Amino acid sequence: MTQEEVQPGGDRFPPTRRSVVEAVRSIDAEERERALQALCAAYWKPVYKYVRLRWNRPADQAQDLTQGFFLEVLERELLEQFDPHKGRLRTYLRVCVDSFVSNEAKAGRRQKRGGTVLHVALDFAGAEQELGATVIDPAAIPAPESLEDLFEKEWLRSLFALAVEDLHELCVARERERTFRLFESYDLEGNDKTSYEQLSKEYGISVADVTNALAWARREFRRIALERLRELCGSEEEFQREARAAFGWDAK
Amino acid sequence: MKFLSDKALERLRGAETPDLAGTRYRLLERIARGGMGVVYTAEDEHLQRRVALKVLDVPGTDGDLANRLNREARVLAALEHPGIVPVHDVGTLADGRVFYTMKFVEGKRLDKFIESVASMPDRLRIFLRICDAVAFAHARGVLHRDLKPANIMVGPFGEVLVMDWGLAKILREEASNRVREADPQATIFEKPKQTNIASDTTELSVVTGHGTVMGTPGYMSPEQARGDVQHLDARSDIFSLGALLRFLLSGKPEVASIPDGHRLDKSLAAICAKATEAAPVERYPNVQEMARDVSRYLDGLAVGAHRESIFEKARRFYRRYRFFILLIAAYLAMRVLILLLLHR
Repeated sequence: MTQEEVQPGGDRFPPTRRSVVEAVRSIDAEERERALQALCAAYWKPVYKYVRLRWNRPADQAQDLTQGFFLEVLERELLEQFDPHKGRLRTYLRVCVDSFVSNEAKAGRRQKRGGTVLHVALDFAGAEQELGATVIDPAAIPAPESLEDLFEKEWLRSLFALAVEDLHELCVARERERTFRLFESYDLEGNDKTSYEQLSKEYGISVADVTNALAWARREFRRIALERLRELCGSEEEFQREARAAFGWDAK
Repeated sequence: MKFLSDKALERLRGAETPDLAGTRYRLLERIARGGMGVVYTAEDEHLQRRVALKVLDVPGTDGDLANRLNREARVLAALEHPGIVPVHDVGTLADGRVFYTMKFVEGKRLDKFIESVASMPDRLRIFLRICDAVAFAHARGVLHRDLKPANIMVGPFGEVLVMDWGLAKILREEASNRVREADPQATIFEKPKQTNIASDTTELSVVTGHGTVMGTPGYMSPEQARGDVQHLDARSDIFSLGALLRFLLSGKPEVASIPDGHRLDKSLAAICAKATEAAPVERYPNVQEMARDVSRYLDGLAVGAHRESIFEKARRFYRRYRFFILLIAAYLAMRVLILLLLHR
């Protein structure tokens, strides 16, 4: 079919969140702090899992390294050194993780850091559960290129999980808890056999209501996820590339 | 933070993509977005062929958009013509969104395709094929209302297809008859069969309403730009065809000069000018008249839109019969030369 023009006001989301890369350069300390916490919230889990698998570190060491890495990002102002025109923020952070873990290993010590505090709750036990095992079998460690894929996938999982949390908060605020439960039942926990009809019987509502609720929830989820994604990208080009990778097509 | 399984991740990545569960189609990729919805390519698993699937953004079968999409599918179904993309199927998905499937056209949009067509006669022949499809639609009582290069596709075998009938207006039965009466030879294909699309006029007026402006600036007729929907007729599409012809010749819908600085041929410029007159009454009365002028130009004949001076007539005569004129001139030159040699 024809490549129709993108209509203004389509599903393009409003650019309400400022990129963390810009925000860390802000003169406003609060804004800088918020940006770093947002970065930490989205990346701590992928970083932890990456350290566990790529560097084959036991859980306790991986926890220390993960916390240490984010404190280093804060203290050494690593984000300010990132140039959005040279690559993706995600790739830059992964390279920083490698460099950080490698340096820590060479120094053979865990540096004591003082003053800076992470305000993001890091649920390492939960992350460990997700990894499925507390001891990593060296034979099960994937090749370096698939570890990059793993980092990307875990980052996407983390981003979407945050967006789902935001969606839940939105549903509560708008008294649409049932909508969220439907979304949870069909899109988050459902299998191929789950049908709209089944949900309509389960919730005692019409199929049309299920359809409308799911359509609303998906639209809002996508909007929220893109908004968060925009915040975690260094430039519009990077955002478009990442959005395409996340959702399969343009964010427009 | 809730853990998302791989399955959930996949579903969320496809948030807002149409739910094709229970249909014969498998989604492949998104290829375009329009005002009403999105067009994807999908595989028809029964017939194992690729189709284009147009689906609304929002669920619901009785809203204005759903009516428009359904109507567009019916318009396409009624317009069986090699220059109009055929529709295969229409229905509602599990997620409540109305969709239809149509032939997937692997080709290029006219504005992209034309970059590789340097010859003006070739460009004019493409234009004539667009005219064929539009004339056919007019004979069926349908106005396209959004003719522009982006809505024309040229396939790998040179087939020209007029796409995106989402803004189409279905004329009243009597208006449709009037188009046919204006030129009994108008339809160059078989006599139109009885269709029920003309009865959809009321539905259309609900959808578009009087005073609603829809179309593309540069290609939209002044009356369409004013939102004068009720009084639109075939001449509104003729305005768009005039702008389209100008685009084919100059690369722009409104400037009558070609990029290398040469002036556009006066006859072609006159055809464009007549088609894009501000007053509908000054334009060609129907597409066939316009196509006839373009064909006459291609054949080296005078066009109805332009009154030639003696000099222009002579030049056209020379262009048309250049070979014979040069042959006779060469013959006469030889004769003169021989006579001169004999009398020395």
